[in-house]
Amino acid sequence: MLTLKVNGQSLETDASPDTPLLWVLRDHLGMTGTKFGCGKSLCGACTVHVDGSATRSCVTPVENVVGKEIRTIEGLSKDRSHPVQKAWMELDVPQCGYCQSGQIMSATALLERNPNPTDADIDSAMAGNICRCGTYPRIRAAIHKAADMMKGGAK
Amino acid sequence: MSSLPNDLSVGRRNFLKGSLLAGGGLLIGVSLGGCGKPKPTGPGGSPVAWLHIGGDNAITILIDKSEMGQGVYTSLPMLIAEELDVPLSMVKVEVAPADKAFINVFLGTMITGGSTSIREGWGKLRTAGAAARAMLVGAAADAWKVDPAQIKVADAKLMGPSGQSATFGEMAEAAAKREVPKDAKPKDAKDFTLVGKPTPRLDTPNKVDGSAEYGIDVKLPGMKYAALAQSPVLGGKVKSVDSSAAEKMPGVVKVVTTSSGVAVVADHYWQAHSARDALKITWDDGANAHLTTASMRTGLATAKGSPLTARKDGAGAAAMKGGKKTVSATYELPIRAHATMEPMNCTADVHADSCDIYVGTQIQQVAQAVAAAAAGVQPEKVNVHTTMLGGGFGRRLEVDFIPAAVEASKAVGAPVKLLWTREDDFTHDAYGPPAHNSASASLDAAGNPTAVHLNIVSPSITARVFPPVVAKPGTVDPFMVEAAANYLYDAPNVQVDVLRHEIGINVGYLRSVSHQLNAFMVESFMDELAHTAGKDPFEYRRALLSKQPRAKRVLEEAASRANWGKSPAGTHQGIAVMEGYGTYLAAVADITMVEGKAKVGKITCVVDCGQKVNPGIVESQIVSGMVFGLPQALWSEITLDGGKVQQTNFDSYRVVRMNDVPALDVVMIDSTEAPGGIGEPSVAVVAPAIANAIFAATGKRVRDLPLAKSGLV
Repeated sequence: MLTLKVNGQSLETDASPDTPLLWVLRDHLGMTGTKFGCGKSLCGACTVHVDGSATRSCVTPVENVVGKEIRTIEGLSKDRSHPVQKAWMELDVPQCGYCQSGQIMSATALLERNPNPTDADIDSAMAGNICRCGTYPRIRAAIHKAADMMKGGAK
Repeated sequence: MSSLPNDLSVGRRNFLKGSLLAGGGLLIGVSLGGCGKPKPTGPGGSPVAWLHIGGDNAITILIDKSEMGQGVYTSLPMLIAEELDVPLSMVKVEVAPADKAFINVFLGTMITGGSTSIREGWGKLRTAGAAARAMLVGAAADAWKVDPAQIKVADAKLMGPSGQSATFGEMAEAAAKREVPKDAKPKDAKDFTLVGKPTPRLDTPNKVDGSAEYGIDVKLPGMKYAALAQSPVLGGKVKSVDSSAAEKMPGVVKVVTTSSGVAVVADHYWQAHSARDALKITWDDGANAHLTTASMRTGLATAKGSPLTARKDGAGAAAMKGGKKTVSATYELPIRAHATMEPMNCTADVHADSCDIYVGTQIQQVAQAVAAAAAGVQPEKVNVHTTMLGGGFGRRLEVDFIPAAVEASKAVGAPVKLLWTREDDFTHDAYGPPAHNSASASLDAAGNPTAVHLNIVSPSITARVFPPVVAKPGTVDPFMVEAAANYLYDAPNVQVDVLRHEIGINVGYLRSVSHQLNAFMVESFMDELAHTAGKDPFEYRRALLSKQPRAKRVLEEAASRANWGKSPAGTHQGIAVMEGYGTYLAAVADITMVEGKAKVGKITCVVDCGQKVNPGIVESQIVSGMVFGLPQALWSEITLDGGKVQQTNFDSYRVVRMNDVPALDVVMIDSTEAPGGIGEPSVAVVAPAIANAIFAATGKRVRDLPLAKSGLV
C-alpha cells in the first residue's frame, strides 16, 4: 500500500509502485479530471502539480511522488472559483475540453511562479500542452486575465 | 437525474429511462417543415426534434448531435429557446439515444458531421420551438377564453390581457393534448433576442473543473479495463497468439482474441497495458505488407480508368485547345491523421440479450449496429450512451474501436473499457485521403480562362463508409469534389473530373474532407494563372467572381483588412477564397522568410457564414479550423513503410503548439442568409494562402503538401 497526498487528502492505493501517477489518479482513486493523451510526456493532457511544479503524470511512477503534495484539477477549487477557472469561463476557452485540465494546471503553475507573464513566458510554459481544437488564442488571453484577477486580490 | 445546463456531465444517459417521458407534461416532436406529429420513421424518414416541458416548468431539449467542441450543446438549444422565449439558463440539455427518429436530414443517418448541425437544426429545431409555443399559447387562450394573439410570452410564462398568468409548466398538460400545428412559423430574424448574440457555452463550467465526462472517464460497477494489440501492418490479422506470459501478469483477467486484435483484460488499465507487451503474436500481414508512401503516390499518379465528370459547363475540357496559352499543374496531398486529444475508446456492457455501450461517437446508429453484431443481439437491444467527445474531426465517424470492447465484455462477462494508446491511435487511423490533383486552363489574350479542367484522383471514403451513396454506377462521390465542383470563377468552359483510386488502407473523413484537397489545387492554380497573366492574384480573382457576390465580398474584405499589396518590406502575402458548406471565406497569409524558411506571422480570415446563431462559438470555430489547417499546410504527413505507419506519437507527427500560432485576425460578415456550416471550412483556406505567400516571397511554387517537404518551411 502506498499513501499519497492528493489535494490535501491522504489517500491509499494498492497500485504497483511503477504504475504511472496518471492511472493511479484515474483508475484507483477515481479522479478522472486528469486526462490521458500520449503516455510519453508529449501533450500535457495529464499535467498535475507535484510540490507546486507542473508535472506530466503519465510518465511519473507513483512511487516517486509518495510524500509529495499532489494537486489535480479537482483540487484547484471546490466551486470553480480559482482565478484561472474564472478566466477560462469568462472567455469560454474550452471547445472539446479534453486538454483543458492540463492547460489549466500548466497555466496555474506558471502564474504561481510568475504572476505577470509575458506572451513569451506563456509560449514557453504552455508549449508542452497540445490543444487540437486550437483554443490557444483564448488560453493566452485567459492567462493574462487570470493574472490581472490575481493581482486584484481575487482568490 | 436531470442534467442542468451547468452540469452536463450528469445524467445524460438516463433521459429515456428517466422520469421525463413518464412524468407527463408536453412532449412534442415536430417534423421538418412543420407538418404535424412525428411520423413513423424509416430510412430517410422524418427527423424529429424533441422538447419536453414538465409540470414543474422544467424545459428539456433533447440534442441529437454529439458535442465535440463545436458548441452544439449550446447553439442548438438556443434555437429552441429563441422560439419559446425562454432564457437559455432555464433550458436543460439531454443527449439523444441512437434512434432513427434522429436521422440527420442532410446525411441520411444519425450523424454529427459535414458541418450540418446548425444548418439542419435551423429548420427543424426552430419549427419545434415555434410549434410548442403555439400549443402553449393555444392552451392558455382556451383556458382564459381569449384570442391567442392577446397572449404574451416571456421567461417561460404566459400572460393574458386581463392579468391572467401561467407558467409553461402549468399549461403543459393542456398543451400536450392539442394537435401539433401544421403551420408553426419560426420568428423573423428581426425579432431574435437570443440568436445572433454571443452567449456563454453551457458546457464550459464542467470543462474547467475536470467533471465533464468523456468516454475514457466512464466507470461502471465491476468494470474491467482492456488494452488491444493490433496488427502493425494495416489490414493484417492475428495468425497465432501465445498469451501464457501475459496471463500470469498481475491483475490480468483474460486474453481475448477479438475481430480487430488481441485484447488483454485486467482489473486496472495499466495492468492491461503492461501485459499487452508480454503477448507473443504472430501476424498475417495481409495485402499491405509492401505498401509504402512512394508506391501509394505512384499508384495515384498512374491510376488508370475512366473518370466521372462532376461538372461540365460549355464544351468542358474539349475547349482547352482554343486558347492563346495553356497552363497545367499537378498538386499532391498526403495522408494525414486525425489525432483527437482523447484516444479511441469504448466501454461495453454485454448482457444476456442486450448491450450498453458508452462511447464518444459521431455516428450512433452505425455504432449501435456494429456493437449489436459483436454482441450477437438485435440493434434495437443496444443502448448507445453518447459521452462528450475529446475531439472528433471525423475520426469518431469510424466505429473500428467498438467491436473489440463488446467482444471483450462478452468474453469476461463484465463491463469492459477498452482504450487505445496514442500509438494505437496514430498507427490505426482511417487517414485523411491523399490526392493527385491536376488542373489545366486555357487563357485568352487578356489572360482570363476560357476553359478550366480540374482532374481529381483520390480514394473514396464514402464507398467504404456509406456504400449506397455511390452504389449506382456513374455516381460521383460528393465528398471527393468539394471546393472543385463548385469552381467559383468565370469561365465559359469548365470540366471537373474525378477518378476513384483506392490505396489499400482505409481513408476516412477528416475535418473539411475534400475541401482541403481541392482548395489547395484550385486556389494555388488560380494564383498560377494570375502570375501567368501578369496580374495581381487578388485583382485577378476579383475580376473573375462576377457571378459570386458573396465570394467576391469576402475576398475584397480580406484584402482590405490585411492591407493587401501594402505590407511592410520583407512581409509577403498570399490569398485564397472558397465556398464550402454554404459558407464563403477568404484568407490572407502574411509570411516572412527567415534564413530561407517561411515564418507565418499572421492569417486574416473573413467569413460570411450567413446568420450566426452564437457568434462567440462561430468565431472559435473559425480560429479552430485555421489552427487545424496550419500543421496540415506546414508539416503533417503520415508515411508508410511495409504497410506500417511511421508516425507514432506527437514527437513524430507535429501539430501546432502555443508557440507556433501566428496572429489570427477573424472578421465575420453580418448576414441574415440561412446559416452555413462553420466547423470545417476555415481548415481548407490556410494551405493555399501560405503556399501562395511562399511563391510571392521566393518565386517557388510548392505543389506538394506538407510545405515542409519543399525545404521552404
